[in-house]
Amino acid sequence: MLHMQDRKLEVSAIENGTVIDHIPANVLFKVISILNLDKIDKQITFGTNLISKKLGKKAIIKLSDTFFIDKEINKIALVAPQAKLNIIRNYTVVEKKVVEVPEEIIGIAKCMNPKCITNNEKITTRFAVVSKKEVKLKCHYCEKITDQEHIEIV
Amino acid sequence: MMKNKSLVSITDYTKEEYLRILSLADEFENHPEPDLLKGKVVSTLFFEPSTRTRLSFESSVLRLGGRVIGFSDSSSSSVSKGETLYDTIKIVSNYCDLIVMRHPLEGAARFASEVTNVPVINAGDGANQHPTQTLLDLYSILKTQGTLDDLTIFMVGDLKYGRTVHSLLMAMTQFKTSFHFISPEELKMPVEYKLYLDNLGLKYSEQKDLGRNVDVADIIYMTRVQKERFSDPIEYERTKNTYILRNKMLEGSKPTMRVLHPLPRVNEIDQDVDANPKAYYFTQALNGVFVRQAIIASILGYK
Repeated sequence: MLHMQDRKLEVSAIENGTVIDHIPANVLFKVISILNLDKIDKQITFGTNLISKKLGKKAIIKLSDTFFIDKEINKIALVAPQAKLNIIRNYTVVEKKVVEVPEEIIGIAKCMNPKCITNNEKITTRFAVVSKKEVKLKCHYCEKITDQEHIEIV
Repeated sequence: MMKNKSLVSITDYTKEEYLRILSLADEFENHPEPDLLKGKVVSTLFFEPSTRTRLSFESSVLRLGGRVIGFSDSSSSSVSKGETLYDTIKIVSNYCDLIVMRHPLEGAARFASEVTNVPVINAGDGANQHPTQTLLDLYSILKTQGTLDDLTIFMVGDLKYGRTVHSLLMAMTQFKTSFHFISPEELKMPVEYKLYLDNLGLKYSEQKDLGRNVDVADIIYMTRVQKERFSDPIEYERTKNTYILRNKMLEGSKPTMRVLHPLPRVNEIDQDVDANPKAYYFTQALNGVFVRQAIIASILGYK
């Protein structure tokens, strides 16, 4: 265990930037897509299928010289509600943050109702978050609930 | 207050706004205003057919002196050529002062109301909302009972998928209503509505057979039990005749009790009920005209 941690640090310590930890391994690529990381030109390190006591298998993302505003980063709470952020300056963790499910979700998730207008016409989806613990989204258009298990990212 | 405000969902209006519409409907019933909407054009866009609802809206507009344009199903519009709802609404907005629309997809009316400055009235979006039906139900209940408070309402038939019963239930919770739910096992009132009543401390009970306890009912609200709702066709055959209201079942009911039905009916109310003065469903349909007049006049800012 100790040995593994040593290696991890060695590989990916960053001078300045953000580390997103405790991402369930199976949603890593969703997180990448939600945060548009494929369009960032800064140095990024991904690790996945790392052993985690809490999550079984977890993923981690280390982003050099990249910082997020809360509104931006909170979008990932939909798929990775336990994610933790470490803000790094000069190789030191200067701030720790947890993500928080926002009150409203715009343009990220897909409504699970096939008869919803948003699945049939080009419309930005919009949901009110009616439950945060077990995430439940109420579609602004068809008024149906999409639950955690069925959340798909657009 | 309601000027230019779209009516998409029953929750768009407050209790005060419901009551205002109902009193305005009463005004139109007693004092028709044949010239109120002179020079106004209302479009009725029915992307799926619903003859009864469309005629009711058109009659409301015409009886107020307005004019109507529109289509009665999408095959006769450019939707059949592949036009998006967005484009249709944008175009039609240039031609009218108010849009009344029925659409098979859920959320279509909300979307339409957000892409145009012309107010939109939802005349049904899939299984989602049909708020003018709920308001005419409230008007019928108020007219026959003299009040909306402290009533006992029996809801019968398809309580699982029935959009009208769900909206009526939500609206009536503001008036301390007691509910009796009568349905086949497969079509019971969904648990989220029962939880909602629990949270408000409102009383409800469930029973399987129609014809029991009718003496406590103020309103019996009947709905159609559709064959396609059953996963098991044998279960449908077994229950299809259990939820038919017959005249003899109304013996012992209160003299003021009334039977409502959003119509169309198939066989769930036996024709022998029609002659009973407690049968109110045809007058209920007439009430729809006054209620829709009230809604249209409010939204166009005339009242």
